[in-house]
Amino acid sequence: MMTLENQSYEEAHPLPKSNGSKSILHDPLSSSSPFVDIPTDDADPLHSSTPNPSPNSINTILEPPSYAEAVFGSFDLDSPSSINGHDHSPSSEASQSFSSDYLKISVSDPLKEQEVSNSLVPGGSYFYSYLITTFTNLSEYNGTEFNVRRRFKDVVALSDRLGQSYRGFFIPLRPDKSVVESQVMQQNEFVELRRAALEKYLTRLADHPVIRRSEELRMFLEASGKMPLMRTTDVASRMLDGAVRLPKQLLGAESEGVGVADASELTQPAKGGRDLLRIFKELKQSVTNDWGAAKPLLLEEDKEFLERKDKLQDFEQQLSSVSLQAESLVKAQQDIGETLGQLGLAFVKLTKFETEEAICDSQRACAADMKNVATAAVKASRLYRELNAQTVKHLDKLHEYLGVMLAVNNAFTDRSSALLTVQTLLSDLSSLNLRIEKLEAASSKIFGGDRSRIRKIEELRDSVRVTEDAKNCAVREYERIKDNNRNELERLEKERHDDFVNMLKGFVVNQAGYAEKMANVWETVAEETSVYAKI
Amino acid sequence: MNVQQRSGSGPMAQSPRSPSSQPPYLTVSVSDPAKMGNGVQAYISYKVITKTNLPEYEGPEKIVIRRYNDFVWLRDRLFEKYKGVFIPPLPEKSTVEKFRFSAEFIEMRRQALDVFVNRIASHHELQQSYDLRMFLQADEQSMERARSQETGIFKKKPADFMQIFKDVQSRVSDVVLGKEKPLEESNPEYEKLKNYIFQLEDHLAEAQKHAYRLVKRHRELGQSLSDFGKAVTLLGNSEGNNLGKAFADLGAKSEILSAKLQREAHHLLMNFEEPLKDYVRAVQSIKATLSERANAFRHHCELAETIKFKEIDMNKLRLTRSEKLAEAEREYEELKADGAEATRRFETIVKLMNEEILRFQEQKTIDMGLAFHEFAKGQAHLAKGIADAWRSLLPKLESCST
Repeated sequence: MMTLENQSYEEAHPLPKSNGSKSILHDPLSSSSPFVDIPTDDADPLHSSTPNPSPNSINTILEPPSYAEAVFGSFDLDSPSSINGHDHSPSSEASQSFSSDYLKISVSDPLKEQEVSNSLVPGGSYFYSYLITTFTNLSEYNGTEFNVRRRFKDVVALSDRLGQSYRGFFIPLRPDKSVVESQVMQQNEFVELRRAALEKYLTRLADHPVIRRSEELRMFLEASGKMPLMRTTDVASRMLDGAVRLPKQLLGAESEGVGVADASELTQPAKGGRDLLRIFKELKQSVTNDWGAAKPLLLEEDKEFLERKDKLQDFEQQLSSVSLQAESLVKAQQDIGETLGQLGLAFVKLTKFETEEAICDSQRACAADMKNVATAAVKASRLYRELNAQTVKHLDKLHEYLGVMLAVNNAFTDRSSALLTVQTLLSDLSSLNLRIEKLEAASSKIFGGDRSRIRKIEELRDSVRVTEDAKNCAVREYERIKDNNRNELERLEKERHDDFVNMLKGFVVNQAGYAEKMANVWETVAEETSVYAKI
Repeated sequence: MNVQQRSGSGPMAQSPRSPSSQPPYLTVSVSDPAKMGNGVQAYISYKVITKTNLPEYEGPEKIVIRRYNDFVWLRDRLFEKYKGVFIPPLPEKSTVEKFRFSAEFIEMRRQALDVFVNRIASHHELQQSYDLRMFLQADEQSMERARSQETGIFKKKPADFMQIFKDVQSRVSDVVLGKEKPLEESNPEYEKLKNYIFQLEDHLAEAQKHAYRLVKRHRELGQSLSDFGKAVTLLGNSEGNNLGKAFADLGAKSEILSAKLQREAHHLLMNFEEPLKDYVRAVQSIKATLSERANAFRHHCELAETIKFKEIDMNKLRLTRSEKLAEAEREYEELKADGAEATRRFETIVKLMNEEILRFQEQKTIDMGLAFHEFAKGQAHLAKGIADAWRSLLPKLESCST
């Protein structure tokens, strides 16, 4: 969903909106392009709505806000539209293939419901459910508007399923379970936090060009009643299943091959699966990779990928430190605004005092001067507060990308675990073939053949066939993941570039705009007090 | 600071001895702080340069070396001799050891001392003081001798008198201390003035506190902007391409602005916070004068009492035709003279104070007006600099978006 930064302003916002760009939010069924009338630097929230906006000229006179109408707290940072995925600059809209498709999700109306459990403990526990409202015109969906109730567990399930089905993709991370917070915080605070986080998460999913069309997401958003997504069973029961199977594998391993009859299981990493034997083998393989003298039979050869990976790691580090400094910058801006406000108030009090107690004219003159300074200081304090709210919004991109980097790392992990599976199967194959060779050599020495050995060889050849199939399946999966990685990396590069350019522009324009306003405020006072200036 | 004689006030204008074509002037400056001595004994000395054409002074220019305690000596002498006059305030002694020799502290103190001496030199009463002349001209040894000769009587800190005036409303503390209710003027104007001064101090102190914090905030913002800039530059370097350049530019600009903020912090300190501080000190000095006035009043009242009793005694003696009568009469006359003197002193103080209050208000309006002007100018200049710096980045950012 292409959203623009200025959509986060509520109607009560005193600052003029960008030139009448139509918000998609209020017109979901419009089939026209949402990008009406957007000047190229619409990231400037302070852009004057004067009739002759030359969008690229930042020398437009920025209107000072009218303080009488200023409603502080009108900056709704958590408004649904403000954190909509990537802010694409309109100049790139042409390159977006889905510029007229939209998928808009909002989360609301938390309700406390009783857990229907078969537990022996009377007086069941509670959980919260949320109303998920979707507006869309995507073809995959059976309709344009949906309302379903989901709970957090359902979201976890969705996230897990997406992780399984879309290996190699940069899938946005779901909100934390926050067990500790849920105990410590006030309930309604926690619920509100969670609601906002869920909305952010679902919106990010909706913005992902591939995932927005996924079956899993569609079912989550569309299907009423209990969520039909099969939940992956928990680790413990999987381990149990695996433990039951293991002896059979070890004893009858020869006949069962490597035990990977179910090729679809190969599309998942070994860890967390039921196939304990497979886990052991892959673990052994990874140790061999790290410590063994012989190189594994297939290496991560894509140099370009490795380079990009390194660069991304570097990027992540730098991003992290910028994000930290951004936080302290915001704090410093907040502090100076506060102190200015306090100074202003102190002078207001002084002014009142001097005016009341005045016994001579010079006192009254002094009081008048003080009043001007006090008013200016209070104005400047307000400006700082507004500046900061905007700054937070812009620099929030940094935090967002830290989250994206986590998703990237997950995708890279998908790739390396798929590679490990392939390597393990390859080494299995080679050891099987080796055994066959040895048996053949031994049996050829016996005249007339060795019945038991021949039978053994036949069994091994079966295993080889099965293992070959498994290997081919794993290789296909690995290649698929590599492909996904590559596509996603390209998408990331492009979006990252655009997002950061917009972030910088927004930040810089914001700073410049507010600095100009402050300069005006103080210049007025300097004028008024210029009579005292030293010659 | 040049002393332009206020129209008609002060005897200097009528000096018959110098038919100079130039109007009389007395200019003083305090400069060139230098660290003297070592270790615990170390102190800062200042150059005090006097330029004048007044006949009482030796020569058109005189340079002497003075230290903080010399200024304190001058202030104390003036306080003793010129009761009723608001003696200009001095900067405080520093309590924090390591702060004592920081460049900023020394500069703040030098500025305050300069203002102090110049105010004395331009006050029509104080400028005639012998002690001032001594301060401005005596060699270092004489100065040291004079300083050490200060006996306990003169060495009373104005703050000591404050105990009695702790709260204007209740006299409980005095009862607790065993003192009788001290005699106070029942003049309503005077009451109003006292209330005004006390409340003014509170208001000013609060404003000054926030002004000082504002200086700190500028420094903090500068620091965090610098850190931010550095981190952004590193990010830009790892990014490469034109976006990376944009980041690096942002980082560079942040550093520049950080420096601007530090400069403004200093400007704010010297030209806004310090004048406010000075205002607070001035009000405290007025409180000291108020206590002098109260002392004089009490003295005058006590003497009046004593005289009354003496008169009664005397009349008793007269009736009994005692030999002690003559002595009593003599004592009575002495007491009457003392009483007259005390009354005169008190009335002088009252008269002076009334003038001083007006002068003080006028001067304060000018001083604060200038401070406000500097404050506003500084803030405007800073804001404009910030706006320009950020705006200069935009063309490059525009070219970044394809």
